[in-house]
Amino acid sequence: MIYEASFVAVAFFFVFVAITLGLSFYLGSKAKSSKGYFTAHGEIPWFVNGVAFAGDYLSAASFLGICGMIAFYGYDGFLYSIGYLAGWIVALFVIAEPMKRLGKFTFADALDARFQSRGIKLAAGISTLAVSVFYLIPQMVGAGVLVQPLLGFPHWVGVLLVGVTVILIVVSAGMVSTTWVQFLKGSLLVVFSALLTWMILNRGFQTEPGGEDGYVFRTLGPVNSASDFAGLPELQDAEEIPPSGAWANLPYRRFRNKETGVVSVWRLDETQPDEIYLREAQTVAKTSDGTVYVNGQEKGSKKGEAELHPVGNITRLPNDESKTGPVGLLSFFSTLQNSEVLLWGSSPAIKDEDGSETTVYYQKPTPGSRVLRPGEHPRFSGIRSGKTLDKLNFLSLMLALFCGTASLPHILIRYYTVKDEASARKSTIVGIGSIGFFYVLTLYMGLGAMTSGSMDVTNSNMAAPLLARSMNEWLFAAISAIAFTTVLGTVSGLILASAGAVTHDLVTHVFRVELSDSEKVRVAKISSVVVGAIAIALGILFKELNVSYLVGWAFSVAASANLPALVMLLFWKGTTRQGIIAAVTVGMVSSLAWILLSADTFSKVYGLPATDAVVPFSQPGIVTIPLGFATLIVVSLLTAAKTADD
Amino acid sequence: MQRHNARIGLILFGIYLLLYGGFVFINAFDPETMELTPIAGVNLAILYGFGLIIAALVLALIYGWLCKPTAADADVEEVKE
Repeated sequence: MIYEASFVAVAFFFVFVAITLGLSFYLGSKAKSSKGYFTAHGEIPWFVNGVAFAGDYLSAASFLGICGMIAFYGYDGFLYSIGYLAGWIVALFVIAEPMKRLGKFTFADALDARFQSRGIKLAAGISTLAVSVFYLIPQMVGAGVLVQPLLGFPHWVGVLLVGVTVILIVVSAGMVSTTWVQFLKGSLLVVFSALLTWMILNRGFQTEPGGEDGYVFRTLGPVNSASDFAGLPELQDAEEIPPSGAWANLPYRRFRNKETGVVSVWRLDETQPDEIYLREAQTVAKTSDGTVYVNGQEKGSKKGEAELHPVGNITRLPNDESKTGPVGLLSFFSTLQNSEVLLWGSSPAIKDEDGSETTVYYQKPTPGSRVLRPGEHPRFSGIRSGKTLDKLNFLSLMLALFCGTASLPHILIRYYTVKDEASARKSTIVGIGSIGFFYVLTLYMGLGAMTSGSMDVTNSNMAAPLLARSMNEWLFAAISAIAFTTVLGTVSGLILASAGAVTHDLVTHVFRVELSDSEKVRVAKISSVVVGAIAIALGILFKELNVSYLVGWAFSVAASANLPALVMLLFWKGTTRQGIIAAVTVGMVSSLAWILLSADTFSKVYGLPATDAVVPFSQPGIVTIPLGFATLIVVSLLTAAKTADD
Repeated sequence: MQRHNARIGLILFGIYLLLYGGFVFINAFDPETMELTPIAGVNLAILYGFGLIIAALVLALIYGWLCKPTAADADVEEVKE
């Protein structure tokens, strides 16, 4: 699709950046000491901290990723919503109050409260940095991916813009400004998502023959045999291109128009043996010299020129109605359950002999009952496969989501910004309320986007902004600007957590550099700039890589490295210093190694066949989280006597 | 008071773990059950999913209501003064 920069979206974005920066510089005077810089003096009101939790936690992966996944595959994206929220239960019931009681500045503080050990500070500091960097990369790449269609700037400008803004926010007033930016972002995200949901329900459903540009994709048939298509009147002015080379044995047929020479690609649908259909597809082809062709024509750069057609429509409603009018919170689902939706799938790139690569996007008419059930997305289809390993992979992911939240360093440091344990508790409850409410809305927004006729088949991350554009231009501008602020809020939290780990854990305790209070703030500011610069560089470097799964890495590593140590420290008196160091190290290394040797990484990162992977399934949590616990127990038992002798 | 709060936390955590575990295991081992539409034509996958989110908030509120201030809490210190 061709995106034109929206002046209103650019204006919204810069107004928001100006407000946040203005606020940051205004608050700068309140963060001169290290306590002010890292924890906002512990004076943040609990309600503000609760909403800031939402602003910190609801990253671009939550807002854009989950909505996009639901819009393209249905219910499965909501499994992430459920898992991400469930993690907050661990945070509230197990971690929140002890974290506030034991720690001062960083996650390592709490872990090290009983032992005062350099080894614990080192292991926990490195784990904080590893988790934060994995989390940072997708946020930065996301900023670049978004900026192009939304604001009309190139990728690197988006990354730089977000990076510089965040560095200024963090350097000016540390946790004080970060908190208020997150509060603002959390509030805006929840309020505008609620507004968008209300508009979706008010609009209801209607059957449409095609997307919002009015283009109707053709379906030919049914015929008894694939050879019958050549005789159909719709294909009389076209000649078939023989399926040679990479196109052989694929379910596609190609026809060249005799007059215009434009090639159209169709997909064979042979689901019923005697009822064969040919459904018109969309294609994006990149030639060896870099020219891009869309549906057989050179891609345009302005509206009205060749571009992919927007998709996502309902083809049949219950009782063959054409329009439902406004629907309720539950009738939204029951209506969809009995409808038929036109989803779109995509092929892996087909490499021709002339060096060109073609991706085919094809129609997938899908009953609503399938859209609303789990197991349609490739990542979750294993639950229907009958294979135990596939089911273990699913359990492992859901376990990592459950355990990961309460182990994310940028979330944990928010507990130091409130005055006491009661405030830590209350702010988590507010966080659960606002995050839970938002996650409920993701299902409405995702399904609303799926049926809005405005989806871009090439980019699921654009689902929520494009849904907003199908409502009106102002809402699109607001949602786009909020998507950016989503990145700002999360990235500032991550940079602050990393700066804390460098200053407190590594420089002060591991390397034992004596620092005065103001020197600590200076080191933290320098660390923030360095981490921010690294984040900008990685964001530009990983531009081409599909990085959304890195958030999954961060959750798995955090859950495997941090949670066993934190939980056992709180609940088992036999925990020793060596046990904690070993558990953090083994959890971090084993989960990372598992990820690097998994089928997902083989196919997505190395470009190798998934079958070559060394580990039996992709998600490490179900193995490496128990391994972290086991390591801690064994090492603690082995070292307990020695520690007692000491 | 710390111990009182921790005990309530663990009990509520156990309840939620059962609810979440039930959801995950039904999805993994009997996904067809999630397609049933027991209430208002809405399937179990959505009802259970919404139920988990609502249950999280309800349990969180119960926890907040049952917890007592600990010695470190500002309110308690103010009372002492």
